[in-house]
Amino acid sequence: MLKFLINRFGQSIILLLIVTVITFFLINLAPGGPSSTMRMDASPEERQAMVEKLGLDQPVIVRYASWLKGAFSGDLGTSFTSNEPVVQRIAERLPYTIELTFFTIIISIIIGIPVGILSAIKRGSVPDHIINFFSVVGLSVPAFWLGLMLILLFSINLGWLPSSGVGARGTDFDLWGWISHLIMPVLILTTTILPNIVRFTRSSMLEVISQNYIRTIRAKGAKESIVIYIHALRNALIPIITIIGVLIPRLLSGAVITEAIFGWTGIGTLILEAARGRDYPLVMGITIVITIVVILCNLIVDIVYSRVDPRVKNV
Amino acid sequence: MNASTNINVKKKDILKKRSRKNILLQRLSRNKIAYVSLCFLILVHIIVFIGPLVWKVSPTGLQDAGALANWSLQHPMGTDDLGRDVFSRMLYGGRITLIVGLAAMLFALLIGTIIGACAGFFRGYVETVLMRFTEAMMAIPNFFFVLVALTVLGTSPVMVVIVIALSGWMEIARVVYGETLKWKEYEFVEAANASGATSIRILTKYIIPQIIPSIIVSGTLTIAAAILTESAISYLGMGIQPPTPTWGNMLQDSQQYIWTAPILGVLPGAAITIVVLAYNFLGDGLRDALDPRFVKK
Repeated sequence: MLKFLINRFGQSIILLLIVTVITFFLINLAPGGPSSTMRMDASPEERQAMVEKLGLDQPVIVRYASWLKGAFSGDLGTSFTSNEPVVQRIAERLPYTIELTFFTIIISIIIGIPVGILSAIKRGSVPDHIINFFSVVGLSVPAFWLGLMLILLFSINLGWLPSSGVGARGTDFDLWGWISHLIMPVLILTTTILPNIVRFTRSSMLEVISQNYIRTIRAKGAKESIVIYIHALRNALIPIITIIGVLIPRLLSGAVITEAIFGWTGIGTLILEAARGRDYPLVMGITIVITIVVILCNLIVDIVYSRVDPRVKNV
Repeated sequence: MNASTNINVKKKDILKKRSRKNILLQRLSRNKIAYVSLCFLILVHIIVFIGPLVWKVSPTGLQDAGALANWSLQHPMGTDDLGRDVFSRMLYGGRITLIVGLAAMLFALLIGTIIGACAGFFRGYVETVLMRFTEAMMAIPNFFFVLVALTVLGTSPVMVVIVIALSGWMEIARVVYGETLKWKEYEFVEAANASGATSIRILTKYIIPQIIPSIIVSGTLTIAAAILTESAISYLGMGIQPPTPTWGNMLQDSQQYIWTAPILGVLPGAAITIVVLAYNFLGDGLRDALDPRFVKK
C-alpha cells in the first residue's frame, strides 16, 4: 500500500509539472506580453521599467524557474489588476466553487446511480429508452441557454428564486436565502454531469450482468432481485468510483459557464475576469490551483478504488 | 451451367452484403433515432450551405423594415435589434458554427490519431511521453484551457477552431491508442513487418484503416462537443466576434431583448440544441452499430 501511494504521488507531481509547463509557455506565447496591456499613455521608459520589474526581459526558461521556485513556497505572484497576491484572490473565491460543485456531485450521484441501474436492468424497455433519450438531451442542451430559460421562468415569470448572486454570508446568513441562491446553479451544473453518471452506471451494470458468475447464480435458481441487488450491484458500483474522478474537470468547466450565468462569485467568474483583464499571473495561478484540485481528486479516487477492489493493488 | 452461375452470383451478393460497411449501414438503419438524425443533419447542412445562394439578403446589412420587426414575407424570421434580417443571419451563422465544428473535429482527429497511434505503436519512451502529455491535458479543465488560450492567441475564427481542437483531442487519442495496441498484435501486421514494411507504412496502411470506424464515432461526438464549446465561448463574449454571425454570438446579442423579442433568443438556442442533439444521437447510433456485444435481436 505504501509503495502504491508513493508511486501514485510521484506520478501526480510529474503530471502537475507538465501542466505548469504547458500553461506557462502558452501564456508566454502572447505577442507583446503583459506589458502590452498597460495604460495606452505609458511612455517607453515606463514600459521598460514595468518589463524589468516583472522580469520579462529574461528568457522564458529563467522566468519559469523563478515562478516554479515561488510556487513551491506557496507564492504564485501578484495580480496585475488588483495588486493583491494571487493566492489570496483565489482563496477568497475557491470556497464558493467548492460549495457549488459539492452539492452538484451529491445530487448527481443520488439521482444518477439508481436511474442508471433501472435503465440497465430494464434494458430495451420503454423506461430505458426514455432515460437514454433524456441523457443525450442533457448532454446536448447548452448550459447557458437552459440557464437563461430557468431565469426567465423562476426569477422573472414566477419570481420564486433570485436570478444571481450567492446570497448573504457571514452575520446576515439565512438558510432560505442560501438555498434559494443555490437551487438554479446546482440544477444547471447537475445537467452537465448527470447524463455521464447515468450512462456509465448503465454500461457498468450491463457489463457485470453479462458475466459468467451472474449466469451461475441464475442457474442455481436465485431470485432475480437477489441476483441484481446482492450479487451484481456490488461489483457494478466499483467502476463508478472512477467516473467521479473523470468528471471533476468536466464539472469545473461547467462551473465557469454556470457561475457566469448566475453571477456566482467563484473561481469560474474569477478566471473570466482574469482572462478579460489579461491578468497573466492570476490566470496562471488559477489554472495551477484547479489542476491541483483535479489531480488530488483523482489521487483520492485511485486510493479508494484500490481499497474497494482487491484486484488493483500495486498498479 | 446456368444454375451454377446463379449460385455463384448469390454467393457474391451475400459476401458483398456482409462487408463491414454494409453491416454498419444495416445496423444503423435499424436504429431509428440515429437514422433520422443522419437525414436531418444532411438536410441542415444543405440548407445552411445552399440557402445563402438562394436567399440573397445580407446578414449584416440594415433592412428597411427597421429594428425588431415582426416576421413578414421579406423577413421570414423578422429583424434583430439593429434591423438585420434574422433568417439570413441564421443561415450565415449556421454556416460558420457548423464549419467551426467540422474543422475543429478534423483538426482534433488529426492530433488525436497521430498521438494515439504513435504511443500505441512505438511503446517505450514515446508511449510514456505522449500518454503522460495526454493525461496532463485531460487534467486541465477544458474550459479553463480554452479561455486562457483564447486570451493569449486572440479570437479570429481560425484561432477559435485551433483552440477548440487543442482542447478536445485527448479522448480520441485514448481511443486510438487502445485500438492500436489491440491491432498491432494481429498476424497480418506481423506479416507486414516480416515482409519488410516500414513502421509508417504499417501504421498508415494496416493499422489505421482498422481503427477508422472508432475514429468516425469519436469524430461525430467531437463535432457535437465542438459546437457546444464554440457557442459557450461566444456566449461569454470570448469567441468569434460580431458582426460575423454565429449561433452562439446571436444568442449573446439577444439576451437583452428576451422580453421584447424572445424569438431572437429562441431561434439560435434551439438550432444549437437540435444540431448537437442530432450529432450525439448519430454518434451513439454508430457506436452501438459497431459494438459487437450489443447486437439487437
